[in-house]
Amino acid sequence: MTKAELEHILAKIPYAGFIGVEPIVMDSELTMVMRYKDSNIGNPFLPALHGGVIGGFMEVSAIAGLMFSGDYTKVPKPIGLNVGYLRSGKPQDTFARASIVRQGSRVANVRVEAWQDDMDKPIATLMGNYLTADSKGK
Amino acid sequence: MTGDVMEKMWALAPAFVEGIPQGKALGIKFVSVDVGKATFALPYSTQIIGDPATRVIHGGAITTLLDQVSGLAATAAIVSEANDINIANVATLDLSIDYMRPATPGETVIGTATCYKTTHHIAFVRAIAHDGDLNDPVAMCQATFMITRARPAKEVKT
Repeated sequence: MTKAELEHILAKIPYAGFIGVEPIVMDSELTMVMRYKDSNIGNPFLPALHGGVIGGFMEVSAIAGLMFSGDYTKVPKPIGLNVGYLRSGKPQDTFARASIVRQGSRVANVRVEAWQDDMDKPIATLMGNYLTADSKGK
Repeated sequence: MTGDVMEKMWALAPAFVEGIPQGKALGIKFVSVDVGKATFALPYSTQIIGDPATRVIHGGAITTLLDQVSGLAATAAIVSEANDINIANVATLDLSIDYMRPATPGETVIGTATCYKTTHHIAFVRAIAHDGDLNDPVAMCQATFMITRARPAKEVKT
């Protein structure tokens, strides 16, 4: 899938716009960015991004990473996922990159890391299994 | 009396979700809180659709619902154990979510959580997301939270 095709699909996913997610493609590598929005705050006192929003951002990134990697025509469905929170999300842009650990015939295993200032200091990680059986081809 | 502290929890709990920016943006409503238990409702909205073909809401919105309701259940467990409303803050350490089926488009999703164990540092919580029938869940969640206590454990026990 090309960047334009991915942008076209993300534009049709309201949740991606709701939390402010955009794709960045450099040297055919996909990085997702979640632009800072006041409405993504979960703790106004720190302040910090909502953990659920960070999880949701990584879920969008996992789906985008899968679709970018192959001939998807429908959005893959999450089966089970685990989100680990490592650092609080500061009120600024957040980045994520997905790697497909295994693409099987029906299920794909995906790992996502999210970071802010420093890629080597991730704020959260996601490991997930996605049902891809009904989402690929024609 | 645990009753007094739970009355204070009832007064404070709606702000725990309805008073924060992401809670407001999603329109999540407080439903109930009890000792180690909490329930919220996430109304259907076209702005959180995740699959344009089916108009099913995105898993991320359910993640936020389950994270927030689990956090309140953990807080409600800790404050009732210590009989002190200001005892602690919790931060999500880990969420494991299984998605059993898509949420029905148009239906409100209910998130209900139970904190079944707390230690000095960690709270363990299970939560279910459903759209009317607890026996036909949309998603199930197991979460752990880091507890930051306002004062030392010895004083907590008194």
